[in-house]
Amino acid sequence: MPDNSFTSFVRRTLARREATLMVLLVVLLVPISVRSPQFLSIKNVNTILNDMAILVIVAIGEFYVILSNGIDLSVGSVIAFTGMACGMLNESHPEFPVPLLLVVGMGIGALMGLLNGVLVAYGKIPPIITTLGTMSIFRGMTFVLSKGTWVTAHEMSPSYIALPRTTFLGISLLLWIAMLVILSFYYFSRFTRTGREVYAIGGNANAAKFVGVSETKIRVTVFLISGTLCGLAGSLWTARYASAVNEMATGFEMQAVAACVLGGVNFAGGAGGIIGVALGTLFLGVITNALPVVYISVFWQTFVQGLIVLIALALNTISDQRKNRKLLAQRRG
Amino acid sequence: MQQALLEVHNLTKIFPGIRALDDVHLSVRSGEVHALIGENGAGKSTLVKILTGVYFPTKGSLELDGKEISFKNAIDAQEAGIVAIHQEASMFPELSVTENIYMGHHLRNPKTNKLDWKAMTENTRTLLSQMQLDIDPDTLVKNLSVAKRHMVEITKALSLDAKLVIMDEPTSALTGREVEDLFRIVRDLKEKGKAILFISHKFDEIFEICDYYTVLRDGQYIGEGKVADSDEDAIINMMIGRSIDQMYPEHTTFQGEKILEVKGLSQLGAFKNISFDLHKGEILGFFGLVGAGRTEVVRTIFGIDKASEGTMRIEGKPYNPKTPRDAMRHGIALVPEDRQKQGLVLKMSLTRNISLPILNTLCWRGFITKKKCEQSYVTKHGGQMEIKAAGYHVDAETLSGGNQQKVVLAKWIGTEPKILILDEPTKGIDVATKAAVHEFVCEMASRGVAVILISSELPEVIGMADRVLVMHEGFQTGFVDRKDLTAELVMRYAIKNVQSEDSHA
Repeated sequence: MPDNSFTSFVRRTLARREATLMVLLVVLLVPISVRSPQFLSIKNVNTILNDMAILVIVAIGEFYVILSNGIDLSVGSVIAFTGMACGMLNESHPEFPVPLLLVVGMGIGALMGLLNGVLVAYGKIPPIITTLGTMSIFRGMTFVLSKGTWVTAHEMSPSYIALPRTTFLGISLLLWIAMLVILSFYYFSRFTRTGREVYAIGGNANAAKFVGVSETKIRVTVFLISGTLCGLAGSLWTARYASAVNEMATGFEMQAVAACVLGGVNFAGGAGGIIGVALGTLFLGVITNALPVVYISVFWQTFVQGLIVLIALALNTISDQRKNRKLLAQRRG
Repeated sequence: MQQALLEVHNLTKIFPGIRALDDVHLSVRSGEVHALIGENGAGKSTLVKILTGVYFPTKGSLELDGKEISFKNAIDAQEAGIVAIHQEASMFPELSVTENIYMGHHLRNPKTNKLDWKAMTENTRTLLSQMQLDIDPDTLVKNLSVAKRHMVEITKALSLDAKLVIMDEPTSALTGREVEDLFRIVRDLKEKGKAILFISHKFDEIFEICDYYTVLRDGQYIGEGKVADSDEDAIINMMIGRSIDQMYPEHTTFQGEKILEVKGLSQLGAFKNISFDLHKGEILGFFGLVGAGRTEVVRTIFGIDKASEGTMRIEGKPYNPKTPRDAMRHGIALVPEDRQKQGLVLKMSLTRNISLPILNTLCWRGFITKKKCEQSYVTKHGGQMEIKAAGYHVDAETLSGGNQQKVVLAKWIGTEPKILILDEPTKGIDVATKAAVHEFVCEMASRGVAVILISSELPEVIGMADRVLVMHEGFQTGFVDRKDLTAELVMRYAIKNVQSEDSHA
């Protein structure tokens, strides 16, 4: 019975969302690059990838929360607080080793994620309400911490600003970090018990409980992952944009959710994958960067993003319904 | 005999793979209370759903007042005068009594065409006082007791000018006092010339309040009669009186050493004072009608719910599970009743579903290092259960009910349980799979596994079990050994009302 032949593997792969996204990307890139041959230049591709690097890190955190049938609206605020904290630390202690700033960011982010997770898992507050609350709280904490001021480029140490731009083998450190995050979480999903248990809880928390999976542990874990990754993203954000402002990453949760939805992650939990999220992010990046090329004003940017998310969600629902109908027909027949 | 209000002829309802109703007759006259009797799965609910327009019959006719009728939806049935009061009242807790009663048929002021709340409140007040109910029409339903909610539902039926009121297990959540109140209202309705179709598992109630009865079994009409002319024995025989036509696999009955000892196990509101021993290699049947509390007992043994009283011991040592994981560590496996909601993660592959309970054995410090072992494990146990699927990589949702159940069983064999608890393992699956499940259960027992088999199918319990524990409304009403095991005895215990004999309960 086990059907592991190569052809079936290919067929299964083609049927997946990841393949559809790849095809769509190519279809999209052809007219764009015809119109503007520079679009696919190494320089521009590099820019797009670097622009998307922070988003993919955050989207992966968001992915785990959505996979567990939750949502994290506080990602933008966690980025802002950790980014501000790292910027201020760098300003007051320029001698503090720059790589450790990333660790500090991750640590603070982890604590914030932990708070979300504990409220959801033990306080039994729905994720959307919990993170709506902490979204404001964390943003408020940012203002309190900075007393409303900014950290500007000349107040930061040059080595911190240079960090994401440092290249290794022609690829920026920012991109290396993003790829490392993608790979480790791909591994986490496929090869760890906890990774698999997230799918079980998101797919059917009740059934998972019956086999001894701890729901509270998983719920805390997903928010912990999301918080930690946002902390990492925050510390990188400040360096990349060479400033820490109180309003940074406002609305970023929408982009993170959009990347997940585009990547085929089921909004009701239990289905989706890291590669899909990465491709979803890339897709979003290409669209955003291509708008000026096809002479659509940047003012339309958020409009188009929203439109794409709606279309992606509708497609997810339609394909689910079609699948269900097919199943029903099979069983009857 | 007066002409019947409702006549049901040759009613048949076929669901994919199942004949839920097969040529059923029913006739109910105005001014009578008519009991609809049958085991779980006899087809009572399906019949009610057809009468209330929820399902459409495959064949057969309904006649109301001598006119043939057919309902397109629930509102049609309501307008024709058939109203059901459901087991779990379908009410809007945040709305007032008046709003609930007039939901869907609001009164409008003829001049302004606005909702006429004044009239509706007044009518409600009148209806409630007619029923001698002390309920304020403006109270929110969430603030009413379960009994009063029932009364409000009945009031709603009156406001709809119902001719036939269907009561599905109306007393299951009521106390003795409240039952009396309900019966007073039922008699009142009867005097007003309404017909009442009364569904109950409680024989004392049927003999107290009902005039006629109709018995269904396995979706078939068995018979009807006047309650006053029958006795319990006759009706029980009609409920169970079938030859056990299905073959059950033989398994050598041997009782090994005692593995689980349960003493005085209770849980507030669910079950009380359950005591039994379970031995290696035996199949202990749990029988009871709906609401007997069997599932609640095994959930407690499996550490999902907590006991309020009582002790458990496994192999002589105190056993106090706090989570399912505790139970699994002690070698207990539970195959839950609802495989879609509790047994499987439908969006996960068969492989991942089957290996979920034993993931820790495939891991090294949380990392799944033995993927090869996983595959061979899944192939071995899946093969043992003869799961029919395109491969183990497909999602569980693509399988038929029977094959899904095989996946759930495969998932648990590998954990090598010492105690295997099966909650309705053959519910809603085809005959072939049923036989496979029976064989599987016997094989587990002959390997020395102690099995608890919950089933609502009497022949299954009689055919499979070595001993049977019978429950009624949360009480343990009987324990039957193999040598005394008959359908009559088991059914007698299953309908035995301890509460009415037990003055302190």
